[in-house]
Amino acid sequence: MPVPAAALVAVAEPRRAAARRNGTAAPYTGVPRVRVAVEEGGDETDLLAARLRLLEGFVARAELSDCTQLALQWLAEVLGLTQAICLVRPEAEQVLYVIGSYGIGGSAIASYTISLEDWNNPLVPAFIHRKEIFFPTPHSAADRRRRPATPFEDLPFHAVPLGVAGFGEDAFGLLLVGDTRPLDADFHWFTSVLGQRIDQILRQQALTEGDRRQGRERSLLYSIINAVTDPILLTDTEGRLLIANARALTLFTASEEESEGRRGAVRMNNMLLSSALSSKAIEETGATRRELLLVNPVDGSDLVFELLSTVTEDPRQGSGVVSILRNVTDLRRASEEIEENYRKMRIAEVQARAESDRLNLIIDSVADPIVVTDAGGATSLMNEPAERLFTIPQLASEIEQRWVQANDAHFSSFIAGMLVSADQRRVGEIGLVDPKTGEAMPVEAIAGKILSEHGELTAVVTILHDRREAIEKARLYEQLKQASDELERKIQAATADIAQQNELLRRQAIELEQASALKSQFLANMSHEFRTPLNAMLGYTSMLLQGVAGSVEPPVKRQLARIESNGRHLLTIINEILDISRIEAGRMPLQLSTFRIPELMGEVKAELEPIIMRSKLAITLDVPKDLKPITSDRQKVKQILLNLLSNALKFTHHGGVTIAARFAPRDRRLSLSVTDTGIGIAPADQERVFEDFRQLDNSPTRAYGGTGLGLSICRRLAQMLDGEITVQSQVGRGSTFTLTLPTKGRK
Amino acid sequence: MTAPRPEKSDRPRVLLVDDYPDAREMYTEYLEFSGFEVIGAGNGVEALQRAVDASPDIILMDLSLPVMDGWEATRRLKADNRTAAIPVVALTGHALAGISEGAKKAGCDAFVTKPCLPEDLVREIRKILDAPDASTNKKARRSGRYAKSS
Repeated sequence: MPVPAAALVAVAEPRRAAARRNGTAAPYTGVPRVRVAVEEGGDETDLLAARLRLLEGFVARAELSDCTQLALQWLAEVLGLTQAICLVRPEAEQVLYVIGSYGIGGSAIASYTISLEDWNNPLVPAFIHRKEIFFPTPHSAADRRRRPATPFEDLPFHAVPLGVAGFGEDAFGLLLVGDTRPLDADFHWFTSVLGQRIDQILRQQALTEGDRRQGRERSLLYSIINAVTDPILLTDTEGRLLIANARALTLFTASEEESEGRRGAVRMNNMLLSSALSSKAIEETGATRRELLLVNPVDGSDLVFELLSTVTEDPRQGSGVVSILRNVTDLRRASEEIEENYRKMRIAEVQARAESDRLNLIIDSVADPIVVTDAGGATSLMNEPAERLFTIPQLASEIEQRWVQANDAHFSSFIAGMLVSADQRRVGEIGLVDPKTGEAMPVEAIAGKILSEHGELTAVVTILHDRREAIEKARLYEQLKQASDELERKIQAATADIAQQNELLRRQAIELEQASALKSQFLANMSHEFRTPLNAMLGYTSMLLQGVAGSVEPPVKRQLARIESNGRHLLTIINEILDISRIEAGRMPLQLSTFRIPELMGEVKAELEPIIMRSKLAITLDVPKDLKPITSDRQKVKQILLNLLSNALKFTHHGGVTIAARFAPRDRRLSLSVTDTGIGIAPADQERVFEDFRQLDNSPTRAYGGTGLGLSICRRLAQMLDGEITVQSQVGRGSTFTLTLPTKGRK
Repeated sequence: MTAPRPEKSDRPRVLLVDDYPDAREMYTEYLEFSGFEVIGAGNGVEALQRAVDASPDIILMDLSLPVMDGWEATRRLKADNRTAAIPVVALTGHALAGISEGAKKAGCDAFVTKPCLPEDLVREIRKILDAPDASTNKKARRSGRYAKSS
């Protein structure tokens, strides 16, 4: 705070005492005496008393003008400086005003001022630089010009700045003393005391004024901060609330009458605020911005504040923290919303980009050219195959450029037709040119309109399909078809041929069948024709042997017996050949019936009874009692058994023959065996006995009769019955022939 | 025919139908030798005539005959009241399956396959004539065994 005022005391000559009497100051009776005492050689006691009196006077007077008047009066009475003017500079002004004078009267004093901006006035540097200057009586006009204009006019005077002691302190006043004498120590004591007093008074005045102003300013400040909707707080270093505005009060204070919930919210808010304004926060210099979450005591909702704290340093009051809370709840919400929207937008953008990338990928991966045209007919997108058709490549020759331009023209006219038509889709053929080869390239164009939600045309997508391949394919297909037709004709011809062949074969088969039938018929006839003469031959031989026509000699009888036996053998051969031919011609059908084995065996034995009688062998039948009837072709089974038994009888000379039947439940087959004690068959020959016309002794004069066809017929018959004939034999020990057949025969 | 004709009551009369003269002569000789009176016929028509005229006790009928075959002749014999009761023994050189069935169908009472030795034939005839019912032919069929056995 600068010292607000300055004073100028002008000390005039004693002869101006008349003027002194017109002054307002009360007369000091003791002053001349003191002055005299000084002048008389120094009565220190008096001087001290005079100084004391001045100081007491100062204490008694609080007004600036009173103190100044007292001081100038003391100056005149004690120091004899009878003419003086005191000027003071009010705060914030560049002018010195007269606050008191002694020994000089009149209007000159009332209107006298010194402008501090008038640097031509030599008093200004004296004031600014706190330098005492003496102005003597001027002797010339030039001297006069160097002097300032003062109420002293041409009188000599001293200019003394007034201020408190200390380096750097500005002067606040100027004392003009009219006298020629040099100023002594007493005068300087006086100026310092006067300066201090004036300073005190000015300070007090300034303080009072300042208090009033501060009060006004404070209330203004309060109304301002209360008008602020943001809570504003001043807290001390301990976090105690010193100042709070109305908004802050609702958040951080609650009276006893208020609800518990509200008080709880307030307590909570205070805790939150204290922790936010923790020592750490206070240690930080300058403003800090943090977020603070508080509870609205009114409705309990969350409030988000931005806390702006500033540490204030005050040497007298100590540190404090000014906190401004900005409600950013809505802001935060809005910011979150913006953030969310932005995020969504980003996602949408990413998706859109992905979609677009995918679309591009799809479009590019299609081998057919695709062109997207906008509603104005301008191309907005095309894939790489389309680019080859419609954009002029770098380093294209003139002819290539022309081809591309022609393509573009053709396509444009197609699109133009599409745009003006009402069709949603259009399929057409465009005669393009392959820009690489110049070869004609007919394409099928399939165009579709893309409409917006409002039905406005936004784009036309056209897919071009190179027809060359299709045409080529069609051509190849045609060739293929021709080839196929040709082939089909050939196949038909071949089929007809085959059918003809088949027909031929069928006829041949019929012919063969007929031939076979003829053969069978022939055999039947042959058989008949053989039998008829044979019948007569055998009959007459028999009659001769029986002596029907008279007795015959034994040698003749022997010869007749030879005729008979050969005749019988011939008959057997005829019968067996007939049998084989019948089997082979399929003219011996199966005739299934159910019959009993023991009876069949009995019949077989009975039929061969004459031979058995002759052989003198023991014939044993071995049939289990519980053997069930079987279903088969009785005649064929009988024929097989007859054959096996007659063979056994033929090749056995002593011992016996056993005919046995056995049923095997495991495979439901019946085995009928004929076992003899005859000559037997060597292992190497056991299979050969089943061959046609096979007898082991093939010599013309063999020991045993028979055609050699019997077993081969038996094997054929067994096969017809789903059965088989096996042989087990040992030379010299005998043989066992076994017929195995199913008990339930099938046709 | 060379043999003297015995009394009808003593000698059973056999009508032998066969177109093969050697066979007919052989069987006739042996049958007469065995005590039968034999009348011969060479075909079916002749056989029908003789059967009516001579009313034999048994007829031996060859099946393959000229003019009228044995099957047809048998059918007619069996259809005629005068001859229906006379047993007919089919006598044939045919050995094919179905022949015997055909003969049975035609009305034959027995079936004998040639070659048949004269003594076998005589045995067969006696069997039929000795049976209580002359038309029983069950046993007569056994005579087919020559064709079946080796």
